[in-house]
Amino acid sequence: MAEAIRLTYEISPDDFTRAGEASSDVKKKLRSLGVSPDAIRKVAIAMYEGEINMVIHAEGGIITVDISPDKIVMILADKGPGIPDIEQAMQAGWSTAPNEIRSLGFGAGMGLPNMKKYTDEMTIDTVIGKGTTITMVVKI
Amino acid sequence: MKVQDLIDKQIFRVISEGDDTSRDITGVFCCDLLSIAMGKAPADSAWVTVMGNINTIAVATLADVSCVIMAEGVVLDEVARTKAAQQGVTVLATEEPVFDAALKIYQEIHG
Ligand SMILES: Nc1ncnc2c1ncn2[C@@H]1O[C@H](COP(=O)(O)OP(=O)(O)O)[C@@H](O)[C@H]1O
Ligand SMILES: [Mg+2]
Repeated sequence: MAEAIRLTYEISPDDFTRAGEASSDVKKKLRSLGVSPDAIRKVAIAMYEGEINMVIHAEGGIITVDISPDKIVMILADKGPGIPDIEQAMQAGWSTAPNEIRSLGFGAGMGLPNMKKYTDEMTIDTVIGKGTTITMVVKI
Repeated sequence: MKVQDLIDKQIFRVISEGDDTSRDITGVFCCDLLSIAMGKAPADSAWVTVMGNINTIAVATLADVSCVIMAEGVVLDEVARTKAAQQGVTVLATEEPVFDAALKIYQEIHG
């Protein structure tokens, strides 16, 4: 794996029922590239949470995954409502998910904390009314 | 204990056999909230839940658990069942409550 590989996924608002297909696909690709199971698990967890957030909170968006020999960079960009208070959103248990989403097992308010926990770097750029871009790095 | 060993005990019904029953089961994890399961379920654990939709299968795959056990007689819906077959996830089921199901697995692991 000398060259960097770029994967791009369009996340549609109904991805909910397709349940993390982009994350599953990345997982498969990383496995075939021989990336360690530990790093794969981190990427899979962080990306799935981000993917689901784009669907629940932002009507979908674009995910770009750059795989290089020493790290995996995930960029999740949406044109959703933005996050008014990042510090509050990052708190374990904080969620604005509606009830029908909760009844599916989501909305525990653990997504952003999980993304932080399972990545080596995470930055959130958000503009109210314009959208959110989350960049996550997992070192390998 | 391997997934196959747990299947062979016939404590649980087999809903989806999965494509790697030679995997180890090294622990048990119980929770229905998907993000908590995602963040806390150890890799190679048996995950006991009553949440039977397609996202359960996605979380099982991505968090890399060895198998899923549906407790309380909860059924895996049709889409989720198809997804489990596609992704090769082992799914078992029981009428028992979550705790009792988990305890049985724990006892099998720890002899
Ligand atoms: N991409 C996003 N766009 C807008 N708001 C978001 C986005 N991601 C997260 N949020 C906000 O942050 C909160 C916490 O997110 P998270 O920790 O994933 O919990 P949950 O998804 O269970 O609500 C969400 O309830 C939502 O208000
Ligand atoms: Mg979330």
